[in-house]
Amino acid sequence: MGRKLLLEKADIPGIRSYNVYRQHGGYAAVEKALRMTPEEVVEEVKKSGLRGRGGAGFPTGMKWSFLAKPAGVPRYLVCNADESEPGTFKDRYLMEFLPHLLIEGLIAASWALGSHRTYIYIRGEYAWIVDILDQAIAEANAHGWLGKNILGSGFDCQIYVQRGAGAYICGEETALIESLEGKRGNPRIKPPFPAVKGLWDCPTVVNNVETLAAVVPILQLGGEEYAKTGIGKSTGTKLISACGNINRPGVYEIDMTISVEEFIYSDEYCGGIAGGKRLKACIPGGSSVPILPANLLLRTAKGEKRMMTYESLSDGGFQTGSMMGSGGFIVLDEDQCVVRHTLTLARFYRHESCGQCSPCREGTGWMEKILHRMEHGKGRMEDIDLLWDIQRRIEGNTICPLGDAAAWPVAAAIRHFRDEFAWHVTAPEECLRRNYGLAQYADELVSA
Amino acid sequence: MAEEVKMLKVTIDNIPVEVPQGSTILQAARLIGGDVAPPAMCYYSKLKGSGGKCRTCLVEVSKGSTADPRPMPKLVASCRTGVMDGMEVKNITSDRVLDARNGVVEFLLINHPLDCPICDQAGECHLQDLSYVHGKEGTRYEFHRRTFDKHDLGPYIQLHMTRCILCYRCVQTAEQVTDGRAHGVLGRGDHAEIATYIEKALDNDFIGNVIDVCPVGALTDRTFRFKNRVWFTKPVDAHRDCPTCKGRVTLWQRGEEVLRVTARKDQWGEVEDWICNTCRFEKKKASDWIVEGPSKVDRHSVISQGHYVGLQRPTEIFSAVHDGRSPKLLMDIHSISEVNRPEVALSAIPGPATSATFDTDKKS
Repeated sequence: MGRKLLLEKADIPGIRSYNVYRQHGGYAAVEKALRMTPEEVVEEVKKSGLRGRGGAGFPTGMKWSFLAKPAGVPRYLVCNADESEPGTFKDRYLMEFLPHLLIEGLIAASWALGSHRTYIYIRGEYAWIVDILDQAIAEANAHGWLGKNILGSGFDCQIYVQRGAGAYICGEETALIESLEGKRGNPRIKPPFPAVKGLWDCPTVVNNVETLAAVVPILQLGGEEYAKTGIGKSTGTKLISACGNINRPGVYEIDMTISVEEFIYSDEYCGGIAGGKRLKACIPGGSSVPILPANLLLRTAKGEKRMMTYESLSDGGFQTGSMMGSGGFIVLDEDQCVVRHTLTLARFYRHESCGQCSPCREGTGWMEKILHRMEHGKGRMEDIDLLWDIQRRIEGNTICPLGDAAAWPVAAAIRHFRDEFAWHVTAPEECLRRNYGLAQYADELVSA
Repeated sequence: MAEEVKMLKVTIDNIPVEVPQGSTILQAARLIGGDVAPPAMCYYSKLKGSGGKCRTCLVEVSKGSTADPRPMPKLVASCRTGVMDGMEVKNITSDRVLDARNGVVEFLLINHPLDCPICDQAGECHLQDLSYVHGKEGTRYEFHRRTFDKHDLGPYIQLHMTRCILCYRCVQTAEQVTDGRAHGVLGRGDHAEIATYIEKALDNDFIGNVIDVCPVGALTDRTFRFKNRVWFTKPVDAHRDCPTCKGRVTLWQRGEEVLRVTARKDQWGEVEDWICNTCRFEKKKASDWIVEGPSKVDRHSVISQGHYVGLQRPTEIFSAVHDGRSPKLLMDIHSISEVNRPEVALSAIPGPATSATFDTDKKS
């Protein structure tokens, strides 16, 4: 059984209410943080080696220390709860069942960063969670954890929940800031980075829900103790939202010392592939990261066991590796069609492109149309190379990472499953009739 | 005493140039001029916050600065990237840049209607220029193009959204030049559109300027639509004593008739002074204006066709291409063509000529 730092209290009945949460040691991290100086809190987070849990995996302590601190200008902390990546639903779980954990982390982080007005930007579809968070904030206010002069420390802080209007792009930090300011959610051109010019042109830190929640165990245990969990630079625990063709989909907290194989087949986690089928492919970190075929998923190109860590999942770069991403673990069994799957993702990115810069606006639609044609038996052999060429010209040439996120899944699908694309061209009738993909990529060794 | 502005040295395509601190790569490249200046479809030096969107001005930074010589991993939008001292930039000397730009042109054109023959912007269209320089003749796109209905934004401006490349220039113009912006971008992705929210008219003294900033034919002057092709009209600089604006304009004339009035544009196609609606749409008589003289038109522009400057006439064309030999036979193609029917007298038939007119074999 792995160590649980975030979800250990999730099963306690009534933990959503303040009194139960407080009885089980809640808000101790705030008490501890307010006895330290803000710099000491940042130092603890740095020592913990915590990496951003939203997808990019940037060290949080480093991000906090980049925050510009000009005199007389307010600083803001924004919690990114716009969790819209297909396959990712870990933040929802955390906010729904442990709202006070997030509030506690937010107060401690606000103290560390000097933010007196802290925002939770939550995805519009999470309407019922807004009520849960509002309730938790009201309780925290009533018990003096928020508002003026918290615990007599002289520190004022208030948390506001802002609902988004349902755009994936508003999960990108600068688009989120624009949306929070009440504008159209178009990503800004960087530099300047939000740490210098963010919300209302003031220095801003945008962190994921899970990142901010992880501040609580870091303060309780101390940074060094927290860093003892995990391997190498992947410290602490990570929430993985597993879905797809597995026996036990759900949100799991892993302590980043287990292997991918164990995560998929162990009864403690995913419980193996549903229906006794074989594993074909997996997207280990949310829809944007490259898909991996079974053989490369379980073992790296060097033949080592692939672990559920930032480093191991990205071992081999994009040629033979993938990314930890946001932890949306999507598993495909032997009957799933990679072309259809890629089409679904391409349609999503076309729909969610903000339309600001041309490669993404036009390229995502073009890729979707070609994939649609291939999936429906009208594809041509040149289309595979054309797709490759389009994704290559989108990647890296856009303002924000959505262009990359749209290009990577297509690139990886062609890189690893080119035969299946070709099969859709050479045997279109069979593809339409059978309606599922080639099983040749499925893993023979670990079949159930 | 004004603080001295620090000058930074930057090398673009191996040409060194010194620019004041705070300049962008594009501004530095425009100082050098010529082919070194990257094309810009959305950047507009007169509009704050413009640029970064079209991605045609992507350049490669092969050396970050003297202090930090690491190259930048991605191509950067030159219009929004500031120069650093000692920076080295590759524009047309970088294959990566040319390839990316070629891709951007292809992306911009896949949903563009390519209706240049009936577009009023043709001849002064930035997308045309861009496609000629950086595009390919063919397209790999085989699907239906996105289309929109045409909308009249008030009595003067027509919006043909199908042609739009979403550069946001008109939105920024309305925001920064006029008071109270009434249009913006609705929707997302490739179905995003410039629109007033539910069919409003754009009504402002300076709103006509959105026509000038539009790099394509999405916003056109309704008082000029289908009146003439720009290359048949002659641009002359003129001014008038206008109470609202500076009144410095370019008149586009055919003979004595003033067909169109626009703001004067510099060599990058940007307006020099914003002009008001009265000057642009109401003053269409030569007597309203004091003419200064012909406008300077770039020699490569289609508008300068017929005005040959410094032309060397070819002498002895046949002998030049025939190694000095003269032609053995000269034929009049009219006499042998199957298509042309010189025997059909067009002036003799009633109404316009149709294919049946030339179908003489069946008739007789």
